[in-house]
Amino acid sequence: MQFQILVNIVIAFIWMFLQNEFSVVQFMFGYIVGLGMLFFLRRFLRYEFYFRKVVAIFKLIFLFIYKLILANIDVIKVIIKPKLDIEPGIIAVPTVLKTDWEKTLLANLISLTPGTLTMDFSEDGQTLFIHALNVPDKEAAVREIHDSFEKAILEVTE
Amino acid sequence: MIVEILISIFLLLGSGLSLLGSFGILRFPDVYGRLHSATKSATLGVIGILTGTFIYFIAVQGVFAGKILLGILFVFLTAPLAGFMISRTAYRMNVKISDRTVQDDLKKYRENTPEK
Repeated sequence: MQFQILVNIVIAFIWMFLQNEFSVVQFMFGYIVGLGMLFFLRRFLRYEFYFRKVVAIFKLIFLFIYKLILANIDVIKVIIKPKLDIEPGIIAVPTVLKTDWEKTLLANLISLTPGTLTMDFSEDGQTLFIHALNVPDKEAAVREIHDSFEKAILEVTE
Repeated sequence: MIVEILISIFLLLGSGLSLLGSFGILRFPDVYGRLHSATKSATLGVIGILTGTFIYFIAVQGVFAGKILLGILFVFLTAPLAGFMISRTAYRMNVKISDRTVQDDLKKYRENTPEK
């Protein structure tokens, strides 16, 4: 993966030298050309084409922004309702993520979306305890986290 | 003209969210509920105001204010950490949880595992 990025940068430099023009624009253009070359040669690469991961990262960011706006509207609805009808609870969410890095990211993303707040980890670090503002259905809440954030993080890191 | 409207939308959205976040702090029944609105609605409010400021500087003044983007990044990094630490500490200090709470998995877990 690092090797592919290096190759890509070298191609960008070669492009810049061939054009005899040393500017950021030419470098960017060369980088895009190199990206295209790597894309067409991806069958012969030993590891996976690295740009797929970049796309996955952007997917994660957009998913997060979408969830952030959606959840904010939910919390605002709760706040401005004259009568406060919430059912808060602490739910345990098991996770399949392995490295500390992935778990930290998951905990932070959960904390940042309104309505859910990471409170604690279990001793082995495989269960997150989440305080949720409204949990009429525990299973649905756990499934939602599994299907959205955990899946997107796995796509980036594996 | 359009830029001004855009800036106004961001600023109004940001300040409105901050206001609603403050209402939330007053209205929720326990410390955990209050943390929700303190760390979240307020965060998005700050980010809205910062985005409006950024657009103003780049469109009206013609200055690329990178510091504002860094500010957004750091708010995103620190807000969930603060919420995590405060709620975790509160739970370990046995701060009372609201009576409305429908379930508490953490209590079960802490009863079944001995303290280290």
